[in-house]
Amino acid sequence: MNDKRDVLRALESESIEILRETAAAFKNPVMLYSIGKDSSVLLHLARKAFYPGNIPFKVLHVDTTWKFQEMISFRDQTAKDLNLDLLVHINEAGVAEGASPFTLGASEYTRVMKTMGLRQALDQHGFDAAIGGSRRDEEKSRAKERIFSVREAGHRWDPRAQRQELWRTYNPRLTADQTMRVFPLSDWTEQDVWDYIKFESIEVSPLYFAKPRPSVLRGHQIIMVDDERYPLLPGEAAELRLIRFRTLGCYPLTAAVESTATTLDEVIQELREVKLSERATRLIDGDKEVSMEQKKAEGYF
Amino acid sequence: MLKPIIRLVTCGSVDDGKSTLIGRLLVETDSVPSDTILAAQTVRRTGSNIKAGDIDFSLLTDGLEAEREQGITIDVAYRSMFLKNGRRLIIADAPGHEQYTRNMVVAASRSDIALILIDATRGIRTQTLRHLTICSLLKVTRIALVINKLDAVGFDEGIFNQLSSELKPSLDRLGITDFEFIPVSALAGDNVARSSENFPWYSGPTLLEYVQEWPAEATVANAPRLTVQMVNRADNFRGLSGTVFGGVIRQGDEVVVLPSRAKATVARLVTFDGDQPEAADQTATTLVLEPDVDATRGDVVELADRATIPADRFSANLVWLNESELIHSRSYFLIAGSKQVGAIVTSIRHVLNINNGDHESARTLQANEIGLVEIATDSPIALSPYAANRFNGNFILVDRLTMETVGAGMIEHSLRRSGNVSEQRYAIDQTARATQKGQVAKVIWFTGLSGSGKSTVANALEQKLFDLGIHSYVLDGDNLRLGLNKDLGFTEEDRAENVRRVSEVAHLMTDAGLVVLVALVSPFERDRKQAKALFAEGEFAEVWVKTPAEVCVERDPKGLYKKAAAGQLPNMTGVGQGYEAPTDADLVIDGTMDVAENVDRLLAEFF
Repeated sequence: MNDKRDVLRALESESIEILRETAAAFKNPVMLYSIGKDSSVLLHLARKAFYPGNIPFKVLHVDTTWKFQEMISFRDQTAKDLNLDLLVHINEAGVAEGASPFTLGASEYTRVMKTMGLRQALDQHGFDAAIGGSRRDEEKSRAKERIFSVREAGHRWDPRAQRQELWRTYNPRLTADQTMRVFPLSDWTEQDVWDYIKFESIEVSPLYFAKPRPSVLRGHQIIMVDDERYPLLPGEAAELRLIRFRTLGCYPLTAAVESTATTLDEVIQELREVKLSERATRLIDGDKEVSMEQKKAEGYF
Repeated sequence: MLKPIIRLVTCGSVDDGKSTLIGRLLVETDSVPSDTILAAQTVRRTGSNIKAGDIDFSLLTDGLEAEREQGITIDVAYRSMFLKNGRRLIIADAPGHEQYTRNMVVAASRSDIALILIDATRGIRTQTLRHLTICSLLKVTRIALVINKLDAVGFDEGIFNQLSSELKPSLDRLGITDFEFIPVSALAGDNVARSSENFPWYSGPTLLEYVQEWPAEATVANAPRLTVQMVNRADNFRGLSGTVFGGVIRQGDEVVVLPSRAKATVARLVTFDGDQPEAADQTATTLVLEPDVDATRGDVVELADRATIPADRFSANLVWLNESELIHSRSYFLIAGSKQVGAIVTSIRHVLNINNGDHESARTLQANEIGLVEIATDSPIALSPYAANRFNGNFILVDRLTMETVGAGMIEHSLRRSGNVSEQRYAIDQTARATQKGQVAKVIWFTGLSGSGKSTVANALEQKLFDLGIHSYVLDGDNLRLGLNKDLGFTEEDRAENVRRVSEVAHLMTDAGLVVLVALVSPFERDRKQAKALFAEGEFAEVWVKTPAEVCVERDPKGLYKKAAAGQLPNMTGVGQGYEAPTDADLVIDGTMDVAENVDRLLAEFF
């Protein structure tokens, strides 16, 4: 019987190799920081990759202004603790037009505040490579994506014209119009991410652990009422429910799960028992069967 | 410790039941989330006759829209599977059709085990042999020959035995020794993840057992190499960061840095988790050497007593990945590990008929073709045979213009000829020679259509330089074709070689301290870029003599356009072949303007 740490060590070495290659081969790489567990793992791997030196690139958070308050405080604390060169970008034009999940609907709002926000930030700072924490087990179109994945002009992903990627030999060359997305966690699973967080004692947002939180029901999904902007129905009041989150995003678009898991061990145990795919709690993905591939074609990470 | 992660490539087409087989493996090992299974029970492809409520296993594996529309797999998809003994299986699901051979090569390039599907109702087909050939070439260690759909032939032992004996000679011919014939029925799950009473005549492993119990140890060979990805410079610290392949590097090991051959001892192996006594195969680490010898990104660290001899000529099996064919003599970027050098394919010894293993002659490689080639690099590079270790013996070729990965190579061996030729250093160098003449050596490269006025401008410029006491020489495309280049024609390949030779001659002349004026159509951007890459910054100026095509045709000083119009010159630039206008020329001059004015502009710009 193999120890699962052996698998994690192998995954870790490969991710470190990818991070080093990105730092060395690109002029101006950046790491996307979404504040979630995958980002926490990615940051930890970056610390390992460049030890005893510091993380040699900026860390970018695209803030949609609708994130959980606990995410923002965790982000700022992490940046301070790890001495990160943190850059926060908000699509100000979107804010000025009053973009919100309620005025635009989930898809359009995500396109404006997340996809366009990301594209603005990348263009404005001239980043030629952006490192993200996506994994191939998350979603069908991700399963086909390369580790070093080229974006054409306008940050467009063309899944039918991907570069061939062989062995562990990566092609970091770009034409003037192209940029790169890099996915060091491609081969990791959700289970690996949690096991690694445990073995390495990595800090993650408290939102992953169950706590009584004010929430309402929308259909069969539980939505946390994180601030006064959330539109309640006439006569409706938020109720305290014992809930936690499996993924983190914009609070009105991220459903909670009822749970009593308050420790890492309990979270890992619950994950083994529940067996729903991770993105089932994301409201936007359910729009259409193939929506992730379409969003990525527009420049979504 | 057994290798913790096993990589598997699956070969075959949808008709063979490949998606069903993988889908079933995933479901039966509890590797699919329940909502994904629910979707596969409810969503149906057009024309599907799978009963409502049953799982359409193929929906678990085909992700892209186009693939679902066409019902075929066109790109490689990766899936993780949890094996019961704590190991991990990563499945690279590859398309099976011949036009996707390159995708299959990609999937096989990292795989330890190949799962080759044979449809018992259809027997051995061309693609079965093709997949075996690719797996053997890419050095996939273990081959599972899975004979599927035996339920459709009454679980007949005779058919299983017949297919096995039919395939055996091909396995022998390809030198495949670690293999197993496994009977299954993917549809019903017989002998996939659980053994089945339907095969009373079979006593071997289930497919899952065969994969899961693979006895490979995590570390085998011991010719370790670390390619330096980056030099880690922290406060009072300098270390070489990279990943070890092919063995173990230990503290105290005597090593050499290649290509400089500087010797040192491994003083420390530094990681975030503290110093380590050793770094095993495929482990990322940071080496501190004693003494702290010079090394840069792309250099290689190996054990001193078994170091590779860097070379600049290799024979290699090359898989062509791009729609545009390989151009002989054109310079590509070669990437091996973190090393990038210029490289040209100097000859194609043969192309492999991947359906039957025959060697055939060829002048180029098209997409999906695999050939044995000779390759020459700009500078020596440490590459060892692919057969010894696939990670230390591979490279990719990248097109200089599109930056696409166009070729993937596996080293057979280095060609030692280059080892006998080493560069002699002389005390008098280019600067000394140029200074003696009171000038700065450089190349002015005139490109443009035939009849645009390149030779005329070069001729006038040279007269002016002569008067100024500057020692110059004109390399004229037509004149060179009378001697040095008289063996070359006008195909894309010959033009690439023409440009290469002229740029090498120009390089020698600048080394002699001269000002060189080149008048050459040089219609292809890549070739001009390659020429420019030979020279130092500021030493090479690209001048586009821009004259409208109508004017050139009207002038037609050599009568070439007339001949081309009559169909006698199929490769005439601007007629049968395109002219790629320079995108970043150092100067553009108008070929319809007065020659003296153009000369003045050139003098002001470059002298």
